[in-house]
Amino acid sequence: MLTPASSFFRNDPFAQLERMTRDMDRMFPGNWSNAPGFPAVNVWRGDEAVAITSELPGVELEDIEITVKDTTFTLSGERKAPDAPKGARWHLRERSHGKFSRAVKLPFVVDPDKVEARFKNGVLQVALHRPDADKPRRIEIRGE
Amino acid sequence: MNDQLTKPETKAESTPAESRARVPVYRPLTDIVETDDGVSLMLEMPGVGADDLDISLERRVLTIRGTVRIFRPENVELAHLEYGEGDYERAFTLSEDLDPERIEAELRNGVLTLSLPRAEQKLPKKIAVKTA
Repeated sequence: MLTPASSFFRNDPFAQLERMTRDMDRMFPGNWSNAPGFPAVNVWRGDEAVAITSELPGVELEDIEITVKDTTFTLSGERKAPDAPKGARWHLRERSHGKFSRAVKLPFVVDPDKVEARFKNGVLQVALHRPDADKPRRIEIRGE
Repeated sequence: MNDQLTKPETKAESTPAESRARVPVYRPLTDIVETDDGVSLMLEMPGVGADDLDISLERRVLTIRGTVRIFRPENVELAHLEYGEGDYERAFTLSEDLDPERIEAELRNGVLTLSLPRAEQKLPKKIAVKTA
């Protein structure tokens, strides 16, 4: 039996891998983060600050940990599975749970003492600031 | 393949029929669990506060809507986007054995939990026959 070439190439794992990589590059331009995963993060960047937000529905505040080291921001924690008594029947299970960890590369070193984080309605908002000593300074040029 | 199974974190965009201008409407990811006492629904609606929720019941159709306040930090520009912000909407049809009068709702950490207790079974009325 002859297999049409088109169906063969459609299942070519190398072509699929390449397409996947291309899609990933389009989704995550630059070097902002690792591969996608939970939780999804949005990043805003300014000259002196970076804002990171993340959707963490169903995660308790005490189960969230954020750390900053050099230019790496890490958000990790655990989303616990909802309680259900024995014999409970699941009709729909779209939500996921478990441990998570995401790292975001920052465009500059931030002051670890000036990190502001807020968690409300399952959304985490983090503001990171550039240390004053690290801010670019305008150097006055003296003429003759 | 089922998209929701392979990408559980991807919020599915539903029809933006009743959305505000240019705000997408997402279908919240939901768990439904049934016990002997009734049914519990857990809907993920991050960013929605209790005041932004609208739960309505009409002809056994339970509709949940949530309005999101779009977050726009100052003095910074968007550099990387993994999730979109928008409203939420999803509807469920209740089965006959659930009591629509006793639905309870609780919002915690962006998850709305609806408890729908089972209707108390209509006991057959016993008619006592008195002898004269």
